[in-house]
Amino acid sequence: MENKAVIEISHLYKSFGTVDVLKDFNLNLFEGENLVLMGKSGSGKSVMIKCLVGLMEVDKGSIKVLGKDISKLKQNELDELRTDIGFLFQGSALYDSMTVRENLEFPLRRHSHNSEKKTEALVKEALDNVGLPDTIDLMPAELSGGMQRRIALSRALILKPKIIIYDEPTTGLDPITAKEIILLMMNIQKKYATSSLIITHDVDCARVISNRMILLLDGKDYAEGSFNDLAKSDDPKIKAFFK
Amino acid sequence: MGNKSLLLVSVTGFILGLVFTLQSRPTLMEFGAVSWMPSMISISIVREIGPVIIALICAGRIGSSIGAELGSMKVTEQIDAMEVSGTNPFKFLVVTRILAATCMLPILVIIGDFVALIGSAIIENTKGDVSFLLYFNQVFEALEFTDLLPATIKTFFFGFAIGLVGCFKGYNSKKGTAGVGKASNSAVVFTSMLLFVLDFIAVFITDIFYN
Ligand SMILES: Nc1ncnc2c1ncn2[C@@H]1O[C@H](COP(=O)(O)OP(=O)(O)OP(=O)(O)O)[C@@H](O)[C@H]1O
Ligand SMILES: [Mg+2]
Repeated sequence: MENKAVIEISHLYKSFGTVDVLKDFNLNLFEGENLVLMGKSGSGKSVMIKCLVGLMEVDKGSIKVLGKDISKLKQNELDELRTDIGFLFQGSALYDSMTVRENLEFPLRRHSHNSEKKTEALVKEALDNVGLPDTIDLMPAELSGGMQRRIALSRALILKPKIIIYDEPTTGLDPITAKEIILLMMNIQKKYATSSLIITHDVDCARVISNRMILLLDGKDYAEGSFNDLAKSDDPKIKAFFK
Repeated sequence: MGNKSLLLVSVTGFILGLVFTLQSRPTLMEFGAVSWMPSMISISIVREIGPVIIALICAGRIGSSIGAELGSMKVTEQIDAMEVSGTNPFKFLVVTRILAATCMLPILVIIGDFVALIGSAIIENTKGDVSFLLYFNQVFEALEFTDLLPATIKTFFFGFAIGLVGCFKGYNSKKGTAGVGKASNSAVVFTSMLLFVLDFIAVFITDIFYN
Protein backbone atom coordinates (compact mmCIF):
# COMPACT_ATOMS: atom_id res chain seq x y z
CA MET A 1 0.00 0.00 0.00
CA GLU A 2 1.82 3.06 -1.27
CA ASN A 3 -0.06 6.04 0.11
CA LYS A 4 0.42 9.75 -0.25
CA ALA A 5 3.42 11.16 1.64
CA VAL A 6 2.43 13.56 4.44
CA ILE A 7 6.02 14.41 5.35
CA GLU A 8 8.82 14.59 2.81
CA ILE A 9 12.30 15.45 4.01
CA SER A 10 15.01 15.51 1.39
CA HIS A 11 18.73 16.16 1.62
CA LEU A 12 18.53 17.79 5.02
CA TYR A 13 21.71 19.32 6.45
CA LYS A 14 22.06 20.85 9.88
CA SER A 15 25.15 21.71 11.88
CA PHE A 16 25.92 23.54 15.12
CA GLY A 17 29.20 25.38 14.74
CA THR A 18 31.68 22.77 13.63
CA VAL A 19 29.49 19.81 14.58
CA ASP A 20 27.59 18.41 11.62
CA VAL A 21 24.54 16.75 13.10
CA LEU A 22 22.54 15.94 9.97
CA LYS A 23 24.25 15.28 6.67
CA ASP A 24 21.97 14.47 3.75
CA PHE A 25 19.08 13.02 5.73
CA ASN A 26 16.00 11.79 3.86
CA LEU A 27 12.66 10.61 5.18
CA ASN A 28 9.13 10.14 3.90
CA LEU A 29 6.15 9.52 6.13
CA PHE A 30 3.15 8.06 4.32
CA GLU A 31 -0.44 8.55 5.24
CA GLY A 32 -1.69 6.19 7.92
CA GLU A 33 1.61 4.51 8.75
CA ASN A 34 3.65 4.22 11.93
CA LEU A 35 7.20 5.06 11.04
CA VAL A 36 9.83 4.47 13.69
CA LEU A 37 13.08 6.40 13.60
CA MET A 38 15.90 4.91 15.63
CA GLY A 39 19.28 6.40 16.31
CA LYS A 40 21.85 6.63 19.05
CA SER A 41 21.61 9.30 21.71
CA GLY A 42 22.94 12.53 20.28
CA SER A 43 22.56 11.38 16.69
CA GLY A 44 20.27 14.30 15.92
CA LYS A 45 16.77 12.84 16.15
CA SER A 46 15.36 15.67 18.22
CA VAL A 47 17.14 18.19 16.02
CA MET A 48 15.54 16.59 12.95
CA ILE A 49 12.00 16.86 14.28
CA LYS A 50 12.58 20.39 15.53
CA CYS A 51 13.52 21.30 11.98
CA LEU A 52 10.41 19.49 10.84
CA VAL A 53 8.03 21.70 12.82
CA GLY A 54 9.98 24.86 12.18
CA LEU A 55 11.47 25.25 15.65
CA MET A 56 14.95 25.22 14.14
CA GLU A 57 16.14 26.48 10.80
CA VAL A 58 17.76 24.02 8.44
CA ASP A 59 21.06 24.74 6.75
CA LYS A 60 20.18 23.04 3.50
CA GLY A 61 17.53 20.73 2.10
CA SER A 62 13.78 20.80 1.87
CA ILE A 63 11.00 19.79 4.24
CA LYS A 64 7.45 19.39 3.02
CA VAL A 65 4.62 18.78 5.45
CA LEU A 66 1.22 17.96 3.96
CA GLY A 67 2.56 19.18 0.63
CA LYS A 68 3.75 22.55 1.94
CA ASP A 69 7.38 23.60 2.02
CA ILE A 70 7.77 24.81 5.60
CA SER A 71 10.67 27.17 4.88
CA LYS A 72 8.45 29.14 2.51
CA LEU A 73 5.54 29.63 4.90
CA LYS A 74 4.70 32.86 6.66
CA GLN A 75 4.34 32.75 10.45
CA ASN A 76 0.54 32.52 10.41
CA GLU A 77 0.59 29.83 7.72
CA LEU A 78 3.13 27.90 9.75
CA ASP A 79 0.94 28.20 12.85
CA GLU A 80 -1.99 26.98 10.79
CA LEU A 81 -0.01 23.98 9.55
CA ARG A 82 1.09 23.19 13.11
CA THR A 83 -2.51 22.55 14.10
CA ASP A 84 -2.28 19.44 11.91
CA ILE A 85 0.80 18.20 13.76
CA GLY A 86 0.67 16.79 17.26
CA PHE A 87 3.98 16.88 19.08
CA LEU A 88 4.87 14.81 22.12
CA PHE A 89 8.03 16.22 23.63
CA GLN A 90 10.80 14.09 25.05
CA GLY A 91 10.32 15.47 28.57
CA SER A 92 6.53 15.88 28.30
CA ALA A 93 6.90 19.68 28.42
CA LEU A 94 3.70 20.31 30.35
CA TYR A 95 3.27 23.94 31.39
CA ASP A 96 4.06 23.62 35.05
CA SER A 97 2.35 26.80 36.15
CA MET A 98 -0.98 25.62 34.72
CA THR A 99 -3.39 22.89 35.76
CA VAL A 100 -4.00 19.86 33.58
CA ARG A 101 -7.18 21.47 32.31
CA GLU A 102 -5.38 24.67 31.34
CA ASN A 103 -2.63 22.66 29.69
CA LEU A 104 -5.17 20.93 27.49
CA GLU A 105 -7.12 24.10 26.77
CA PHE A 106 -4.00 25.92 25.71
CA PRO A 107 -3.82 24.65 22.11
CA LEU A 108 -7.61 24.97 21.80
CA ARG A 109 -7.65 28.60 22.87
CA ARG A 110 -5.13 29.63 20.32
CA HIS A 111 -6.57 27.83 17.37
CA SER A 112 -10.26 27.39 17.31
CA HIS A 113 -13.05 29.58 18.47
CA ASN A 114 -14.91 26.91 20.34
CA SER A 115 -17.66 27.59 22.80
CA GLU A 116 -16.88 26.89 26.43
CA LYS A 117 -19.05 23.80 26.36
CA LYS A 118 -17.25 22.37 23.36
CA THR A 119 -13.87 23.11 24.92
CA GLU A 120 -14.93 21.35 28.09
CA ALA A 121 -16.11 18.34 26.08
CA LEU A 122 -12.87 18.18 24.12
CA VAL A 123 -10.82 18.31 27.31
CA LYS A 124 -12.91 15.53 28.85
CA GLU A 125 -12.58 13.40 25.73
CA ALA A 126 -8.83 13.94 25.61
CA LEU A 127 -8.44 12.90 29.25
CA ASP A 128 -10.70 9.87 28.79
CA ASN A 129 -8.57 8.81 25.85
CA VAL A 130 -5.57 8.48 28.14
CA GLY A 131 -7.57 7.13 31.07
CA LEU A 132 -6.92 10.03 33.46
CA PRO A 133 -10.23 11.88 33.83
CA ASP A 134 -9.64 12.59 37.53
CA THR A 135 -6.48 14.61 37.07
CA ILE A 136 -8.22 17.56 35.47
CA ASP A 137 -7.65 20.02 38.31
CA LEU A 138 -4.20 18.85 39.37
CA MET A 139 -0.92 20.57 38.64
CA PRO A 140 1.66 18.70 36.53
CA ALA A 141 4.02 18.52 39.52
CA GLU A 142 1.42 16.41 41.34
CA LEU A 143 1.52 13.71 38.66
CA SER A 144 3.96 10.83 38.20
CA GLY A 145 6.24 10.78 35.17
CA GLY A 146 4.04 8.25 33.40
CA MET A 147 0.90 10.28 34.06
CA GLN A 148 2.62 13.42 32.83
CA ARG A 149 3.55 11.63 29.63
CA ARG A 150 -0.05 10.57 29.14
CA ILE A 151 -1.36 14.08 29.75
CA ALA A 152 1.21 15.39 27.29
CA LEU A 153 -0.03 12.81 24.82
CA SER A 154 -3.61 13.93 25.26
CA ARG A 155 -2.54 17.54 24.82
CA ALA A 156 -0.76 16.65 21.58
CA LEU A 157 -3.93 14.99 20.34
CA ILE A 158 -6.49 17.54 21.35
CA LEU A 159 -6.64 19.28 18.00
CA LYS A 160 -7.09 15.92 16.23
CA PRO A 161 -3.91 16.32 14.21
CA LYS A 162 -3.29 14.45 10.97
CA ILE A 163 0.31 13.75 11.94
CA ILE A 164 1.71 12.94 15.36
CA ILE A 165 5.37 13.14 16.20
CA TYR A 166 6.51 11.27 19.29
CA ASP A 167 9.95 12.13 20.66
CA GLU A 168 10.95 9.11 22.74
CA PRO A 169 7.51 8.43 24.19
CA THR A 170 8.70 5.66 26.51
CA THR A 171 12.07 6.97 27.71
CA GLY A 172 12.40 7.28 31.47
CA LEU A 173 9.37 5.11 32.19
CA ASP A 174 9.29 1.62 33.70
CA PRO A 175 8.54 -1.24 31.27
CA ILE A 176 4.92 -1.59 32.36
CA THR A 177 4.10 2.09 32.05
CA ALA A 178 5.99 2.14 28.77
CA LYS A 179 3.79 -0.65 27.49
CA GLU A 180 0.69 1.29 28.54
CA ILE A 181 1.86 4.30 26.59
CA ILE A 182 2.51 2.13 23.54
CA LEU A 183 -0.97 0.65 23.77
CA LEU A 184 -2.44 4.13 24.06
CA MET A 185 -0.53 5.24 20.99
CA MET A 186 -1.87 2.27 19.05
CA ASN A 187 -5.44 2.91 20.15
CA ILE A 188 -5.20 6.52 19.16
CA GLN A 189 -3.78 5.52 15.81
CA LYS A 190 -6.78 3.25 15.24
CA LYS A 191 -9.34 5.71 16.53
CA TYR A 192 -8.21 8.79 14.62
CA ALA A 193 -6.31 7.22 11.70
CA THR A 194 -3.29 9.45 12.16
CA SER A 195 0.13 9.14 10.60
CA SER A 196 2.83 8.79 13.21
CA LEU A 197 6.53 9.43 13.32
CA ILE A 198 7.93 7.75 16.40
CA ILE A 199 11.40 8.36 17.70
CA THR A 200 12.68 5.76 20.08
CA HIS A 201 15.63 3.78 21.43
CA ASP A 202 13.26 1.17 22.69
CA VAL A 203 13.49 -2.00 20.57
CA ASP A 204 10.32 -3.47 22.09
CA CYS A 205 8.40 -0.33 21.33
CA ALA A 206 9.68 -0.37 17.76
CA ARG A 207 8.75 -4.02 17.30
CA VAL A 208 5.19 -3.54 18.47
CA ILE A 209 4.33 -0.29 16.83
CA SER A 210 6.26 0.08 13.61
CA ASN A 211 5.05 -0.57 10.08
CA ARG A 212 8.37 0.63 8.78
CA MET A 213 11.66 1.80 10.30
CA ILE A 214 14.46 4.16 9.44
CA LEU A 215 17.83 4.09 11.18
CA LEU A 216 19.62 7.39 11.67
CA LEU A 217 23.38 6.93 11.65
CA ASP A 218 26.16 9.44 10.97
CA GLY A 219 23.57 12.06 10.13
CA LYS A 220 22.08 9.99 7.30
CA ASP A 221 19.08 7.74 6.86
CA TYR A 222 21.40 4.76 7.02
CA ALA A 223 18.89 1.95 6.52
CA GLU A 224 15.18 1.51 5.94
CA GLY A 225 12.80 -1.42 6.11
CA SER A 226 10.39 -3.36 8.25
CA PHE A 227 11.37 -4.32 11.78
CA ASN A 228 11.91 -7.95 10.79
CA ASP A 229 14.02 -7.11 7.75
CA LEU A 230 16.29 -4.82 9.71
CA ALA A 231 16.53 -7.17 12.69
CA LYS A 232 17.77 -9.92 10.37
CA SER A 233 20.39 -7.74 8.70
CA ASP A 234 24.04 -8.85 8.67
CA ASP A 235 25.41 -5.31 8.71
CA PRO A 236 27.16 -4.95 12.09
CA LYS A 237 26.14 -1.29 12.32
CA ILE A 238 22.48 -2.25 11.99
CA LYS A 239 22.85 -5.24 14.29
CA ALA A 240 24.08 -2.92 17.03
CA PHE A 241 20.60 -1.36 17.24
CA PHE A 242 18.87 -4.64 18.00
CA LYS A 243 21.15 -6.08 20.65
CA MET B 1 4.88 38.26 42.30
CA GLY B 2 3.04 41.16 43.88
CA ASN B 3 2.22 40.50 47.50
CA LYS B 4 5.48 38.92 48.60
CA SER B 5 7.35 41.83 47.05
CA LEU B 6 5.03 44.17 48.91
CA LEU B 7 6.01 42.71 52.27
CA LEU B 8 9.69 42.75 51.35
CA VAL B 9 9.52 46.34 50.16
CA SER B 10 7.59 47.47 53.24
CA VAL B 11 10.01 45.89 55.68
CA THR B 12 13.02 47.25 53.82
CA GLY B 13 11.48 50.69 53.53
CA PHE B 14 10.59 50.81 57.20
CA ILE B 15 14.07 49.82 58.37
CA LEU B 16 15.60 52.23 55.90
CA GLY B 17 13.56 55.06 57.40
CA LEU B 18 14.46 54.09 60.97
CA VAL B 19 18.17 53.68 60.38
CA PHE B 20 18.56 56.69 58.18
CA THR B 21 16.90 58.96 60.73
CA LEU B 22 18.84 57.51 63.67
CA GLN B 23 22.13 57.96 61.84
CA SER B 24 21.42 61.52 60.75
CA ARG B 25 20.20 62.73 64.12
CA PRO B 26 23.52 63.32 65.90
CA THR B 27 24.98 65.22 62.98
CA LEU B 28 21.95 67.43 62.58
CA MET B 29 21.88 68.03 66.32
CA GLU B 30 25.47 69.24 66.23
CA PHE B 31 24.39 71.95 63.86
CA GLY B 32 21.19 72.59 65.75
CA ALA B 33 19.24 71.61 62.68
CA VAL B 34 17.12 68.70 63.84
CA SER B 35 14.02 70.54 62.70
CA TRP B 36 15.21 70.02 59.16
CA MET B 37 14.97 66.29 59.59
CA PRO B 38 11.61 65.71 57.88
CA SER B 39 12.52 67.70 54.79
CA MET B 40 16.01 66.23 54.54
CA ILE B 41 14.86 62.66 54.95
CA SER B 42 11.90 62.97 52.63
CA ILE B 43 13.86 64.56 49.83
CA SER B 44 16.70 62.10 49.95
CA ILE B 45 14.41 59.09 50.21
CA VAL B 46 11.94 60.12 47.56
CA ARG B 47 14.45 61.40 45.09
CA GLU B 48 17.15 58.82 45.32
CA ILE B 49 17.45 56.23 48.04
CA GLY B 50 13.92 54.87 47.87
CA PRO B 51 13.81 54.20 44.12
CA VAL B 52 17.31 52.71 43.99
CA ILE B 53 17.11 50.49 47.08
CA ILE B 54 13.66 49.22 46.23
CA ALA B 55 14.57 48.60 42.60
CA LEU B 56 17.59 46.61 43.77
CA ILE B 57 15.43 44.55 46.11
CA CYS B 58 13.02 43.90 43.26
CA ALA B 59 15.85 42.98 40.92
CA GLY B 60 16.73 40.29 43.43
CA ARG B 61 13.16 39.20 43.94
CA ILE B 62 11.31 39.73 40.64
CA GLY B 63 14.20 39.66 38.16
CA SER B 64 15.58 36.42 39.48
CA SER B 65 12.21 34.72 39.53
CA ILE B 66 11.45 35.77 35.96
CA GLY B 67 14.88 34.54 34.89
CA ALA B 68 14.46 31.21 36.64
CA GLU B 69 10.89 30.70 35.45
CA LEU B 70 11.53 31.40 31.79
CA GLY B 71 14.84 29.55 32.00
CA SER B 72 13.22 26.39 33.27
CA MET B 73 10.43 26.71 30.72
CA LYS B 74 13.10 26.94 28.07
CA VAL B 75 15.12 23.92 29.15
CA THR B 76 12.06 21.71 29.68
CA GLU B 77 10.87 22.57 26.16
CA GLN B 78 7.73 24.32 27.41
CA ILE B 79 8.56 27.31 25.25
CA ASP B 80 8.96 25.05 22.22
CA ALA B 81 5.65 23.40 23.08
CA MET B 82 3.93 26.79 23.09
CA GLU B 83 5.41 27.63 19.76
CA VAL B 84 4.27 24.40 18.10
CA SER B 85 0.79 24.92 19.45
CA GLY B 86 0.66 28.17 17.56
CA THR B 87 1.11 30.65 20.38
CA ASN B 88 3.81 33.23 20.11
CA PRO B 89 5.72 32.52 23.34
CA PHE B 90 7.38 35.89 23.12
CA LYS B 91 4.09 37.75 23.34
CA PHE B 92 2.57 35.33 25.81
CA LEU B 93 5.47 35.15 28.25
CA VAL B 94 7.86 38.02 27.68
CA VAL B 95 5.64 40.98 26.88
CA THR B 96 3.29 40.28 29.79
CA ARG B 97 6.13 40.00 32.28
CA ILE B 98 7.90 43.14 31.16
CA LEU B 99 4.64 45.05 31.31
CA ALA B 100 3.88 43.74 34.78
CA ALA B 101 7.33 44.65 36.10
CA THR B 102 7.16 48.11 34.51
CA CYS B 103 3.80 48.90 36.13
CA MET B 104 4.55 47.23 39.42
CA LEU B 105 7.81 48.90 40.33
CA PRO B 106 6.57 52.51 40.57
CA ILE B 107 3.79 51.36 42.88
CA LEU B 108 6.18 49.39 45.07
CA VAL B 109 8.55 52.36 45.23
CA ILE B 110 5.80 54.74 46.28
CA ILE B 111 4.71 52.33 49.00
CA GLY B 112 8.32 51.77 50.10
CA ASP B 113 8.98 55.51 50.26
CA PHE B 114 5.88 56.05 52.32
CA VAL B 115 6.71 53.29 54.79
CA ALA B 116 10.24 54.65 55.10
CA LEU B 117 8.85 58.05 56.03
CA ILE B 118 6.62 56.43 58.64
CA GLY B 119 9.73 54.73 60.08
CA SER B 120 11.50 58.04 60.19
CA ALA B 121 8.50 59.75 61.78
CA ILE B 122 8.44 57.15 64.52
CA ILE B 123 12.03 57.95 65.47
CA GLU B 124 11.38 61.67 65.42
CA ASN B 125 8.30 61.09 67.50
CA THR B 126 10.07 59.07 70.17
CA LYS B 127 13.52 60.66 70.24
CA GLY B 128 12.49 64.19 69.51
CA ASP B 129 9.02 65.40 70.13
CA VAL B 130 7.70 65.89 66.69
CA SER B 131 4.11 64.77 66.28
CA PHE B 132 3.21 62.67 63.25
CA LEU B 133 1.05 65.47 62.00
CA LEU B 134 3.84 68.00 62.19
CA TYR B 135 6.29 65.57 60.66
CA PHE B 136 4.16 64.86 57.62
CA ASN B 137 3.22 68.50 57.30
CA GLN B 138 6.87 69.30 56.94
CA VAL B 139 7.38 66.42 54.55
CA PHE B 140 4.71 67.66 52.19
CA GLU B 141 6.02 71.17 52.48
CA ALA B 142 9.50 70.05 51.53
CA LEU B 143 8.53 67.79 48.68
CA GLU B 144 7.78 69.44 45.42
CA PHE B 145 6.37 68.19 42.20
CA THR B 146 9.85 68.45 40.76
CA ASP B 147 11.00 65.85 43.26
CA LEU B 148 8.18 63.43 42.64
CA LEU B 149 7.89 63.50 38.88
CA PRO B 150 11.41 62.55 37.82
CA ALA B 151 11.66 60.06 40.67
CA THR B 152 8.50 58.31 39.53
CA ILE B 153 9.39 58.38 35.86
CA LYS B 154 12.70 56.72 36.48
CA THR B 155 11.06 53.91 38.41
CA PHE B 156 9.14 52.94 35.28
CA PHE B 157 12.46 52.52 33.53
CA PHE B 158 13.82 50.55 36.48
CA GLY B 159 10.84 48.20 36.28
CA PHE B 160 11.22 47.84 32.55
CA ALA B 161 14.91 47.00 32.97
CA ILE B 162 14.17 44.38 35.63
CA GLY B 163 11.56 42.68 33.43
CA LEU B 164 13.59 42.93 30.24
CA VAL B 165 16.83 41.53 31.63
CA GLY B 166 15.04 38.75 33.54
CA CYS B 167 13.20 37.68 30.41
CA PHE B 168 16.22 37.97 28.18
CA LYS B 169 18.42 35.88 30.45
CA GLY B 170 15.71 33.28 31.00
CA TYR B 171 14.67 33.03 27.38
CA ASN B 172 18.25 32.50 26.26
CA SER B 173 19.31 30.20 29.04
CA LYS B 174 21.50 27.24 28.17
CA LYS B 175 20.44 23.64 28.42
CA GLY B 176 20.26 21.89 31.75
CA THR B 177 19.44 22.88 35.29
CA ALA B 178 22.79 24.65 35.65
CA GLY B 179 21.66 26.91 32.83
CA VAL B 180 18.58 27.94 34.79
CA GLY B 181 20.61 28.87 37.87
CA LYS B 182 22.98 30.85 35.76
CA ALA B 183 20.15 32.64 33.99
CA SER B 184 18.53 33.79 37.20
CA ASN B 185 21.83 34.71 38.79
CA SER B 186 23.09 36.75 35.89
CA ALA B 187 19.68 38.41 35.58
CA VAL B 188 20.15 39.83 39.09
CA VAL B 189 23.78 40.81 38.65
CA PHE B 190 23.26 42.46 35.30
CA THR B 191 20.07 44.24 36.35
CA SER B 192 21.68 45.64 39.48
CA MET B 193 24.46 47.17 37.45
CA LEU B 194 22.05 48.44 34.85
CA LEU B 195 19.93 50.10 37.55
CA PHE B 196 22.84 52.24 38.68
CA VAL B 197 23.61 53.23 35.12
CA LEU B 198 19.97 54.14 34.51
CA ASP B 199 19.87 56.06 37.75
CA PHE B 200 22.91 58.04 36.75
CA ILE B 201 21.34 58.86 33.40
CA ALA B 202 18.09 59.87 35.09
CA VAL B 203 19.84 62.16 37.55
CA PHE B 204 21.89 63.64 34.76
CA ILE B 205 18.81 64.43 32.68
CA THR B 206 16.89 65.80 35.66
CA ASP B 207 19.79 68.04 36.44
CA ILE B 208 19.78 69.50 32.93
CA PHE B 209 16.04 70.13 33.13
CA TYR B 210 15.88 71.83 36.49
CA ASN B 211 19.10 73.77 36.62
N1 LIG C 1 20.57 24.14 20.34
C1 LIG C 1 21.69 23.42 20.14
N2 LIG C 1 22.88 24.03 20.07
C2 LIG C 1 24.00 23.33 19.85
N3 LIG C 1 24.05 22.00 19.68
C3 LIG C 1 22.91 21.31 19.75
C4 LIG C 1 21.65 21.99 19.97
N4 LIG C 1 20.68 21.08 19.97
C5 LIG C 1 21.28 19.90 19.76
N5 LIG C 1 22.61 20.03 19.61
C6 LIG C 1 23.56 18.96 19.33
O1 LIG C 1 23.04 18.16 18.31
C7 LIG C 1 23.29 16.80 18.55
C8 LIG C 1 22.02 16.00 18.43
O2 LIG C 1 21.14 16.32 19.48
P1 LIG C 1 19.71 15.71 19.60
O3 LIG C 1 19.06 16.35 20.76
O4 LIG C 1 19.01 15.79 18.30
O5 LIG C 1 20.02 14.20 19.92
P2 LIG C 1 19.00 13.00 19.99
O6 LIG C 1 19.28 12.13 18.84
O7 LIG C 1 17.61 13.51 20.14
O8 LIG C 1 19.48 12.28 21.31
P3 LIG C 1 18.61 11.72 22.54
O9 LIG C 1 18.24 10.36 22.12
O10 LIG C 1 19.57 11.72 23.66
O11 LIG C 1 17.46 12.62 22.73
C9 LIG C 1 23.94 16.72 19.91
O12 LIG C 1 25.33 16.48 19.70
C10 LIG C 1 23.73 18.05 20.52
O13 LIG C 1 24.84 18.42 21.27
MG1 LIG D 1 16.20 13.63 21.62
